[in-house]
Amino acid sequence: MISMAGKAIRKWWALFVLPTFVAFIIGFIVPFVYGVYLSFCKFTTVTDAKFVGFSNYAKAIKDPVFLHSLLFSTLLTIVTTIIINVIAFAVAYMLTKAIKGSNVFRSVFFLPNLIGGIILGYIWLLLLNGVLAHWSKSLTFDAKYGFWGLVILVCWQQIGYMMIIYIAGMQSLPTDVLEAASVDGANSRQTMFRVIIPLMMPSITVCSFLTVTNGFKLYDQNLALTAGNPMKMSEGLALNITNTFYARTGFEGVGQAKAVLFFILVAVVALLQNKLTTSKEVAA
Amino acid sequence: MNRTWKKAIGITAVAVMGLTGLAACGNSGSDNSEGRVYFLNFKPEAADQWKALAEKYTKEKGVKVEVQTAASGTYEQTLKSEMAKSNAPTIFQVNGPVGLATWKDYTADMSDTEMYKQLKNQDIALKDDSKVVGIPYVMETYGIIYNKDIVDKYTKLPDAKVKSAEEIDSYDKLKAVADDMQKHAKELGIEGAFTSAGFDSSSDWRFKTHLANIPLYYEFKADNITEQPETIKGTYLKNFKNIFDMYITDSTTDRTALSSKTGDDANSEFALGKAAFYQNGTWAWSDLQKAGMNADQLGMLPIYAGVDDATEGLATGSENYLCINAKASEADQKASKDFLNWVITSDTGIKALSEDMGFTTPFKTFDKVTSENPLVTAAVEDSNSGKTQVTWNFTMMPSEEWKNQLGQAMLAYAQGTGDWDAVEKAFVDNWKTEYDASH
Repeated sequence: MISMAGKAIRKWWALFVLPTFVAFIIGFIVPFVYGVYLSFCKFTTVTDAKFVGFSNYAKAIKDPVFLHSLLFSTLLTIVTTIIINVIAFAVAYMLTKAIKGSNVFRSVFFLPNLIGGIILGYIWLLLLNGVLAHWSKSLTFDAKYGFWGLVILVCWQQIGYMMIIYIAGMQSLPTDVLEAASVDGANSRQTMFRVIIPLMMPSITVCSFLTVTNGFKLYDQNLALTAGNPMKMSEGLALNITNTFYARTGFEGVGQAKAVLFFILVAVVALLQNKLTTSKEVAA
Repeated sequence: MNRTWKKAIGITAVAVMGLTGLAACGNSGSDNSEGRVYFLNFKPEAADQWKALAEKYTKEKGVKVEVQTAASGTYEQTLKSEMAKSNAPTIFQVNGPVGLATWKDYTADMSDTEMYKQLKNQDIALKDDSKVVGIPYVMETYGIIYNKDIVDKYTKLPDAKVKSAEEIDSYDKLKAVADDMQKHAKELGIEGAFTSAGFDSSSDWRFKTHLANIPLYYEFKADNITEQPETIKGTYLKNFKNIFDMYITDSTTDRTALSSKTGDDANSEFALGKAAFYQNGTWAWSDLQKAGMNADQLGMLPIYAGVDDATEGLATGSENYLCINAKASEADQKASKDFLNWVITSDTGIKALSEDMGFTTPFKTFDKVTSENPLVTAAVEDSNSGKTQVTWNFTMMPSEEWKNQLGQAMLAYAQGTGDWDAVEKAFVDNWKTEYDASH
């Protein structure tokens, strides 16, 4: 059945899409294309650029600090993706059981997500430095401290958000399948790994996609917590790109080239991950 | 309501939404012929004072003056993004010849300005060949600021190494006093001789830039170098190490905790009397005053390097050169020049610069001004004493990256995670690398 509204939408959809589409072009497509163009240029301000070809890319790939930040970001992404998803899943599982005050707990876990990355970074900087002060050290003493500090911060921030997605997924689990499993005598571990997790794969896809891309794109927290110190050894990809672009005279184009490489990397990783997890999805 | 009406309203609504969205991206600047002034200020410690001065100018002359200040350590970054906007700064700053190299295409000729004409010594202006492009507006001096009360207290100790502050006239003396103070820290009520040599970005320039200037100065002097060289030798790095070692051993802070110590930390340690020595410059007075210090508590010593201590004076120079944006409209350039002229010639401007901001300027119009800043007084006394003023050669350092790498190597050495070789490498080898990268 086609309602009046449906008819109108079919006729007028282009008009209604237009404002958002224009905003999308101005805010996304144009800067993106322009950014790719700039990665082949030498420039001081983005308004006057000179074409130089692939030399920026050559410089970017040869930069050892860039490669180190790639390693740093990759490790960070792997560690945080695992920790966040495991804990968020566990917390969600706990909070969908009938526990007194589960709504309060849900809010408590979700709250960190409402605080901005910079502020979180400074809060954790104070906290962690306060603890490390017992040994007369600070977070920027060694890159290892910075790395684990970031892991703690990122997990603390994102677990709540992923938990909400998992809770939503669990609440829509078909109860008949679970009942059938228990009637058939499946123990709780079998129920978890053979029934619940396969049925939860769509949520897992979403959450792992978000945590993987967030891990690579991490910027505010990195900047506020360690700013890449010491010796740029705790510098993630996004921070490395901004530092190349802004902090080094004559390296603006190289920073831009790194940004394009970064985009390709994140896109490829995200697509692979998506493919991997969606292939495991089953229908109830 | 009929259908055409609905359609019309719908289309208008969409059009209005689209247009207002677009209008926000367009040029919202005023098009009046008076021109517009937008000054991007480098010095965070004078941010409020500049704003106040701009308001006074607007009240007096009716020309709108906008002043923005970049956060500490982010000037180049802010300038880069501001310059790309349609309302770009009309007045901006460069830090010397190296900074100028980046912004050369954006600098207008300033030889016809009152600022240039009023310079006591026109040689200090920044030139691009023969075109005058940058005018220094602040002359600053740095050294080792000391707390007179604590030093007095120290000299009264029975086994004090010196009997008065004047006797500290060489690296060896300073070192002996600092070591001894550290030993008697409890009796003196201090936590260390020197304030924390913090390597947070709010403080690390004191070492990677200002302290590193001392070995550069002696090397350039010995080799008669006056322009940015392609390579350096690091002849006086031994002396550099000695001073830095003294800073981190005779200190309020464990060397492992230096990485996160800020400029504010050092400032408050000094102001609260927890340390006797504090490497910083004339600009530190406003912060020290705010923290409760009196003018008669403060004195300044040269950073004795142990090379030529008898004649070494304080380090004086400028890294604040004002430039006019050549890509701004004629009217804007004119308005900017008028504003700057007013700043250095009107009583309001002179008062703001010298009293409110506490600057020492190189202009003739400021001759009658006496400073309340005890550090400036110390600097003037020092320059009149016949000692050779250490020049600011750090304006020749090849890049920010060079400074950052040096700073990080110094920090690693200080906290024991790196060795001094890395510092020497960052100093000497990296000079060539960074020089090549920018030439």
